[in-house]
Parts: sequence; structure tokens; C-alpha cells
Amino acid sequence: MSGEFPAGLIEGVRGLAARYPAPQAALLPVLHLVQNERGHLSTDDERRVAALLGLPPMKVHEVVTFYSMFRRAPVGRYHLQVCTNVSCSLAGAEALAARLEARLGIRMGETTPDGKFTLTGVECLGACETAPCLMVNFDYHGGLDEDKLEALLGGLA
Amino acid sequence: MMTGAMVLTRDFDREDLFRIETYLERGGYAALRKALAGLSPAQVLAEVKSASLRGRGGAGFPAGLKWSFVPQADDGPKYLCVNADEGEPGTFKDRYILAHDPHLLIEGIALTCYAVGIRTAYVYIRGEYEHIARRFEAAVEEARARGFLGESVLGSKFGLDVFVHRGAGAYICGEETALLESLEGKRGHPRLKPPFPAVVGLFGRPTVINNVETLANVPSIILNGAAWFVEHGKPKDGGTRIFGVSGPVNRPGIFELPVGASLRELIFTHAAGMRTGKTLKAVIPGGLSAPVLKADEIDILLSTDGVAAAGSMIGSGGVIVIDEATPMISVLAKMTKFYSHESCGQCTPCRVGTAWMHKIVRRIAAGEGRLGDLDELIRLSENIKGRTLCPLGDAAALPILGIVRKFRAELERGMR
Repeated sequence: MSGEFPAGLIEGVRGLAARYPAPQAALLPVLHLVQNERGHLSTDDERRVAALLGLPPMKVHEVVTFYSMFRRAPVGRYHLQVCTNVSCSLAGAEALAARLEARLGIRMGETTPDGKFTLTGVECLGACETAPCLMVNFDYHGGLDEDKLEALLGGLA
Repeated sequence: MMTGAMVLTRDFDREDLFRIETYLERGGYAALRKALAGLSPAQVLAEVKSASLRGRGGAGFPAGLKWSFVPQADDGPKYLCVNADEGEPGTFKDRYILAHDPHLLIEGIALTCYAVGIRTAYVYIRGEYEHIARRFEAAVEEARARGFLGESVLGSKFGLDVFVHRGAGAYICGEETALLESLEGKRGHPRLKPPFPAVVGLFGRPTVINNVETLANVPSIILNGAAWFVEHGKPKDGGTRIFGVSGPVNRPGIFELPVGASLRELIFTHAAGMRTGKTLKAVIPGGLSAPVLKADEIDILLSTDGVAAAGSMIGSGGVIVIDEATPMISVLAKMTKFYSHESCGQCTPCRVGTAWMHKIVRRIAAGEGRLGDLDELIRLSENIKGRTLCPLGDAAALPILGIVRKFRAELERGMR
């Protein structure tokens, strides 16, 4: 591990830790913050977080690997997360997923060679009234028929 | 679009509802003013207890009773954890409250903390609701700036801090003790109960954990009284409930109805019935973990007891409508995939059983089902049920049993 986090990030981590009587409690918010800044959570960054919160690195690693939103590898500029649960399936989520795979030329879990798109199948996003739905980074998009999907992809520069 | 009794969702079509100015203009924070000006914490608790406010998150436990389990003699730190994890498939009602009316929840939090003697609340919001969490944090700041939160709420001796805490994509963290572990910065592994969180909870201290919608009901109870609240629902199950309807209906969305409204009416009147060409086959009435009802079993009352009497549960109010063209094996396959993915891995029956069931269901879905597979699913479910630390085991076993038992003939078609 070489180097530390930038000063701003260290300050952010300390600010989050101050919200709790035990610094470990800040771990999830801190990991979100670090992931937002760095794109993913590398082993070195896990160690930096551990050092800042005074935790054994394994405590950080076991949390990173438990929660599905924490990523151990980089993703594309647009991370498309498609719901595959029951309500979305009733509204054609499988066809939507197949269309995305064909359109982007990648399978679920993969990133396009130009680093623009990553495609992931996820469980219920809590937007079932807009089924079928997906998230682009943190933006929700629903009611995705063929035309809406084309318009959505066309708008992602 | 919404229809029905409107208490919580009355002003949801106002675009600027989330701003504190709008909330105040609608009479917001009047319940908190009323409580701090003239009600003791014990009186607030008693009012909520007699309102028969039952938990809106899934278990349906009476909120006032839960609060009363917190030892009052203990004057060390106590905590409120707001369960805004909303991970139960088919559920999206709390998203509406958080996004449209954050101050209603903040006022409910403040009243609850006042009643129980809590000075710190954490709002555990599912990680995917990132924009909503930010907006909610802004609402907390607005409330603090106006003196509804902070060292001295409205100049009283009561002080309260509220913090937003985002989850990170683990269904299990909606289970209350897994939520506590997650809030403490650990994997979401449920704890053995007892001790119950009311006595030993967050950071080992007495803790109340309530769902978003549950807490959002508290201001109107304090403002209008327990009798008013009970009148909206049933004597042992007061108020209204927000149902989320999804599936091939004409008007999917949220609908606020009095506790005790009819499930048929929810689907065929409020959600405007099945889309053209679709026939009702089955309904999952309370989130994916609620055992399925067949099309001829929907003349039931939407209350905790009403849905339980039909052999299912009202759960989180997430109503998933399934049409005739949908093969039940595909619903079953989504179900077993979900529970095997979301099992935290702590208890062997759940960890191994859900994965085993998913393997069998995938085989059936691929057209390679064997006679005996369904009995094996029943045997596995029965071996998970009641044999795990937390309710995820039952949440997986019961809906799987429901589909296998009620749609056996359909599932067996094509099996050898």
C-alpha cells in the first residue's frame, strides 16, 4: 500500500465517524464515500479505511464482501443494474435484460471494452410500480419498453 | 395516482411537499408542539398504545407495546433505529414517504424519541435510495435549523439528533437485529433473541426499531387522538395502510386504505383491475415472503388478522398480482433465487436449504423436473421452517410451500 487518502477524503471519513459512539459503526457510510470517490474498493483502500477507523483490515474486508453494493473491481461510466425479481419479471424484465445484452454486446456482470457500460442483474430495487425498472448509477428508470430503453441509452453520452 | 382514504398520502401529489415550508403550511410539527407543550412522555406512549398502531414493516407488532419494553429506569443512552431498508420484493411504499414527505417521518421520529426518552435516532435507508437519502438528510438539516431537532427541541429540555445511515444491498438488513449489526459496521448477521433490542440493542443499549410508515402515523395519532386513529381501521389494528400494487393491473402504484379494506377492492377498484387480455391467477398479498393466494381467495380483509386468517400475511403491504399466462414455476424460480442469494449464511438450514431448493426449481424450470421433486421441496421447506435464528428461514419456506401446495398440478405437468 502506497500513499494515503487525499486530505478531503480523510476529513469526510472522520466526519462520518463522529456520528457514532463507536468508529466501526461508520464503516458502511465510509465505504460508500470511498467507493464514490475511487470507483471501487481495492484491497489497499480497505486497509486505508481500516487504519482510519482503527479496525483490523479483515473487519473491513468481510463487510466489503458481504454487501452487494460494494464493488471490488472497477465498473463502467454507466452502471446499469436491472431488476430481475418477480414484479419486474411479470412486466418483461427478462426481455429487457436480453435486449440490453444484445444492444451492448456484453453479458450480465460484464463491462463494455470501451469502459462505458457495466451490466448487472440485481434483486428488487423497490420501484415495482414502474416495472420493468433499472438503475443507471443511482438514477431510477422505469416502464422500459423497447422505445424507452433506446431513448435512455441514446441519452447516455 | 392514488385513491382511497388519505391520511398519510393526502398531499402526495404536491411537488414541493418535501420542503419544510410546505409541511408547516399544512400544519406540520403541530403534534410535536402539542406534545412538548402539554403531554408527558408517558402520555404520548399511552396514546400510541391505545391507538393500536401495528408495525407496517412486516411483523405487525403493536408499536406502543414495543416502546413500553424499553426499561424506563435506565437513564443511559437509548436509540431509535428507523427501518427504511425496504428490501421486501414488491414493496415500495416507504420510498414514497421518504421522498415526498420526509418531515412527516422526522416529526414521527421526534415524538417517538420524546415518548421513550431517546436522544439519538439513526435512519437506516436502503443503499439504492441514494437520492432519497440525500433529500432526507437535507430535510433533517431544515428541521434542525428550525429547532425541531437539536440540543433543545422547541426550547424544551428534550434534545434529539437524527442521522441518516445507508445500507449497501443486503435484504437481510431489513431484519431488525441484522439491521443493528449492519449499523454497527458489521455483516448483517441476525442476533439470537432474547435479549430483545428493547433491552439490548444498538451498541448494547436499549433500542426501538420501527418501520418508516409506522412512525409516519405517530403525528396524526398525537394530534387527533387514539380514538380517531382506531376509527380509521380496526379496534386491534388502527389507522390506514399504504399498499403497493404491482403486476399486470391497469393502475399499478400505492393506495392508502383503511385497515380492513378488501383485497379484491384494492386490486379491482383502486388498481383498476387486470389489464386487457390478462386474467387473475394469484396474488402475493404482503411482499414476496407472504404465501400466495389463488384468484378465488381474495375476498379477504386487509388487516394483520384478516390476511393471517387466509393463511398468509399482510407483511409489508406489497401486493404482487400474477396473471394466468405466468407459469408459477417462473415465480418459484425467482423466489428460490432471491432467498438463496439473500440468506446471510449463518444458519445451515437456510444457507444450504435455499440453495438446494433453487437447484431443484431450476431443474424443473428447464423441463427436467422429476416426480418427487415437489415432495423434496416440501421436505426442505419444512426443515428450514422454525429452525433458523431469524425470520428469513420462514420467509423463504412459507411462500415456497404455498406455491407448491396450491399449484401442484400445474407444476407437475410435464414431469416424469
